[in-house]
Amino acid sequence: MASRARLLGQGVAIGLVALLFILLGWSLLNDEGGGLKSAAARGERPEAPDFTLERLDEGGDLQLSSLRGKAVVLNVWASWCIPCKDEAPFLEQVWQDNRDRDVVVVGLDAKDFRADARKFAKRFGLTFPLVYDGPGNTLDGFGVTGFPETFVIDREGRVVEAFAGAVDGDDVRPRLLVAIDRALET
Amino acid sequence: MIRAAAIAVVLGALVTGFASAAPPNAADLEAELVCPVCETTLDQSNAPVAERMKAYIRVHIAAGDTEQEIKDALVAEFGPEVLAEPPGGGFGLLAWLLPLAALVGGAVAVALLIRTWSRRAPPPEPVGAGLDPELDRLVDEELARFDS
Repeated sequence: MASRARLLGQGVAIGLVALLFILLGWSLLNDEGGGLKSAAARGERPEAPDFTLERLDEGGDLQLSSLRGKAVVLNVWASWCIPCKDEAPFLEQVWQDNRDRDVVVVGLDAKDFRADARKFAKRFGLTFPLVYDGPGNTLDGFGVTGFPETFVIDREGRVVEAFAGAVDGDDVRPRLLVAIDRALET
Repeated sequence: MIRAAAIAVVLGALVTGFASAAPPNAADLEAELVCPVCETTLDQSNAPVAERMKAYIRVHIAAGDTEQEIKDALVAEFGPEVLAEPPGGGFGLLAWLLPLAALVGGAVAVALLIRTWSRRAPPPEPVGAGLDPELDRLVDEELARFDS
């Protein structure tokens, strides 16, 4: 009886340790977010995680992969985010200047109220497609750690460059435009 | 006796009814809802979105919404993760059942261990019970010789 109980205890302990190792391995394998940004910084062009989210600017959903064949400027923002207000006019300008070149700017509003997001879009005259992710479930896949962040995605759905922070700064604007050109080259 | 019981039941129902009709308390709600950015309860957070949610709660309390209506509206915006306590059904039920299962499992394991240890310990032998009769006789002889 004692040896059976001891064996059972050892089995449970080994099982728990094995489970912890499996969880560790799983989390390392699925930690694509931070890896995505660093891989893009190394010029590796990792695949952008696909998503389907409800649209804020009109009815229905938008699937990221439905934009294959175009370059996508994916901007993660929220109405309560102050730098998002600073960069919003520039992103609208990028959309207006490049929409005829197969470039789509997509605004991904996260961790926000829908009504606040719509007010924001109206206030800044945003006309590019806007999608809504209240819980922010898509953010981990992109490794988003703050607001705003912007991802330039090529015609094949791969991330060319990721920008943490607002993209309207004098030093960042040219980099974003160059990244769009690179995304169109594929 | 029956009349007293009836009065108690009616009073209880009145108190319960009054409690459920009372407007929700903002402080209570802020302790039961989570800021989606910093992932602490609203009362612990001053993140911009948390402040916006607090304002939303106050406005909707003033508009006469119930606690459940306010929670449902915030879940519709931010998902079920906004609730500090997991929902009692579906996958959320696991959050309630797993600690209970762990507690019961731990108690069973402790009981089994105690039982095993108590069986393993040898019973104390009475003093002298194991003395060899031949040795006993020799000791008696020696003692008798010593006395003489």
